[in-house]
Amino acid sequence: MNQVLKLLLAITVSMATGAALASAGGVRLDQPAADRLDAASLQRGAQAFVNYCLPCHTASFMRYGRLTDLGFTEAQIKAAFVPPEGKIGDTMTNAMRPGDAKAWFGALPPDLSVIARARGTRWLYTYLRGFYVDETKPTGWNNLVFKDVGMPHVMWQLSGLGRLVEKEYAAHGEAEAALSKLKGVAELVEKHEASKDGKETVKYVLRSVEAGKGAMQPDQYDSYVVDLVNFLDYLGEPAKNKRIAMGYVVLAFLLVLFVFAYLLKREFWKDVH
Amino acid sequence: MIKFDGKALLGWVDARFPLTKLWKEHLSEYYAPKNFNFWYYFGSLALLVLVLQIVSGIWLTMSYKPDMTQAFASVEYIMRDVSWGWLIRYMHSTGASMFFVVVYLHMLRGMMYGSYRSPRELLWLIGCVIYLALMAEAFFGYLLPWGQMSYWGAQVIVNLFASIPVIGPDLAVWIRGDYTISDVTLNRFFAFHVVALPIVLLLLVVVHIIALHEVGSNNPDGVEIKKNKDPVTHLPRDGIPFHPYYTVKDIVGVVGFLIIFSAIVFWAPELGGYFIEDNNFIPADPLKTPEHIAPVWYFTPYYAMLRAVPSYFETQVWGVIVMGAAVLIFFALPWLDRSPVKSIRYRGPIYKSFLAAFILSFLILGYLGVLPPTPFRTALAQFLTVVYFAFFLAMPWYSRIDRCKPEPERVR
Repeated sequence: MNQVLKLLLAITVSMATGAALASAGGVRLDQPAADRLDAASLQRGAQAFVNYCLPCHTASFMRYGRLTDLGFTEAQIKAAFVPPEGKIGDTMTNAMRPGDAKAWFGALPPDLSVIARARGTRWLYTYLRGFYVDETKPTGWNNLVFKDVGMPHVMWQLSGLGRLVEKEYAAHGEAEAALSKLKGVAELVEKHEASKDGKETVKYVLRSVEAGKGAMQPDQYDSYVVDLVNFLDYLGEPAKNKRIAMGYVVLAFLLVLFVFAYLLKREFWKDVH
Repeated sequence: MIKFDGKALLGWVDARFPLTKLWKEHLSEYYAPKNFNFWYYFGSLALLVLVLQIVSGIWLTMSYKPDMTQAFASVEYIMRDVSWGWLIRYMHSTGASMFFVVVYLHMLRGMMYGSYRSPRELLWLIGCVIYLALMAEAFFGYLLPWGQMSYWGAQVIVNLFASIPVIGPDLAVWIRGDYTISDVTLNRFFAFHVVALPIVLLLLVVVHIIALHEVGSNNPDGVEIKKNKDPVTHLPRDGIPFHPYYTVKDIVGVVGFLIIFSAIVFWAPELGGYFIEDNNFIPADPLKTPEHIAPVWYFTPYYAMLRAVPSYFETQVWGVIVMGAAVLIFFALPWLDRSPVKSIRYRGPIYKSFLAAFILSFLILGYLGVLPPTPFRTALAQFLTVVYFAFFLAMPWYSRIDRCKPEPERVR
């Protein structure tokens, strides 16, 4: 009895707080300009994935050989992606021991096979651009999208050291205007303050990540992340392009069949009055 | 050379099995009213979806592993490494939701045209049992992918049984076979999903069709075609043989349905998170409760009612009772309706308003069940729960005083 009560209560509370956070806005999720049919972008994304994600994460449902989908040849895959002692039919795993991972990051880095389906591409695109320097964290990094995330910013050499910038506004409209002007990852938070006479004042804080100086310009880094997210989207469902293309053939067939089915029905029903 | 004689073969079979008799009784000489409209497609479509689910399910079973350490991975194996596995899986997941779409519309048809009224009460009751079996089948199946929503959805539903006074907690343990949802639970849900309930469903569907063909189909006018028979042939004047007339007509319905079905399977298999929830792509984690747990859309009207009922005397059981009553009250429908006419075509404005309010309450409750609750939403859900029950409980009163139009002698 108590168990049920607690569970239901926990769900209700968590749902209520979820709603409260949602109503406060949360981080603005940006849409990546990714093209699922752009083989060059997917190939760049695969390269980035193997270089930056795979050392710690796995994609244990994905086989290296499947990367031929993206236009790579088997020889290219073997040379560029498969570890020296591995085979092309292996799944994309890594050599990190789970115990080590837990000790280093506080949590096991999640498998990324279907991360794009769980999180969505907008979330991933914003998250990978949302890192900022935070000296209070063990890794030295924090993230505007995923607060207190255990993952450090592995691509910092490309993006540079992002900084968190907070600006306060008295009027909501003013803060909204400033938010829409900002290009990068940003969120608007309400700050409630009680003044000395007991009155509550609301201030609007615009929190954003200011790009640092890295090997890439901010625009370049964004498009690098677009490619990576494009690949993660492919990784989530390798059959997606085939599925969508096949849909046109199936639907065309069914539409033609529908016409004939209707004509057949009309012919038979001529004598029903 | 042996000459093939089809007639002789059929005669040989007919002497040993009533093949021709069955064909005639249920197809070529089953007389159905000639005025079936759009709403009469959903019976045959439900049968189509049942077959689709069984066939796609058999193929999924060939590669799926009912083991908590392998279940999630085996689904992804089907999606990636099994030839056409993605298509089979999406057909099954889309089929599950479309089954409910079709069955809800089939039930609404029965309500609109009074198909539950005498002499079809038993037919309606069998249909209600099929609906219960379908809900159980869907619930057991939803655990199998072993994602976060699978796990926590099952957790919430099994805990509903735990809220029953006295026996509740033991009952929940008995259902799970463990103190939490675990490998044991997964295995038994798999057994129920692929063996027990499909057998029950198939049997019930056969019984449903036998009962239907005994009493004959209702129609949009709600008048009995058997009352007006040709004196010479003894066939109903307004009836036409099911085959070929309704077989060719149902083919149109089937192709129309497959167009919608395929558009979802090929272009939007998750249907924006309604058919496959985003969170179900995260493997089940007993230590991490998701922020927002919602069942799949076809259960959300009842889920909204469950959440809307406050707890009294320190127990949540009232919500569970309301939810159960909301499903079971369909059984009472034949005896709640006191109207002199069957079809909505000849019903008065009061019934039409109540039915419209009922449909709206069901849809809005379904939407509220997907969303996290707020005080306003909970109040709205409470109000709509009252509307939902008022449709049924006030029916003996309003169906009698409503100003109906006279029923015609024959179908139009």
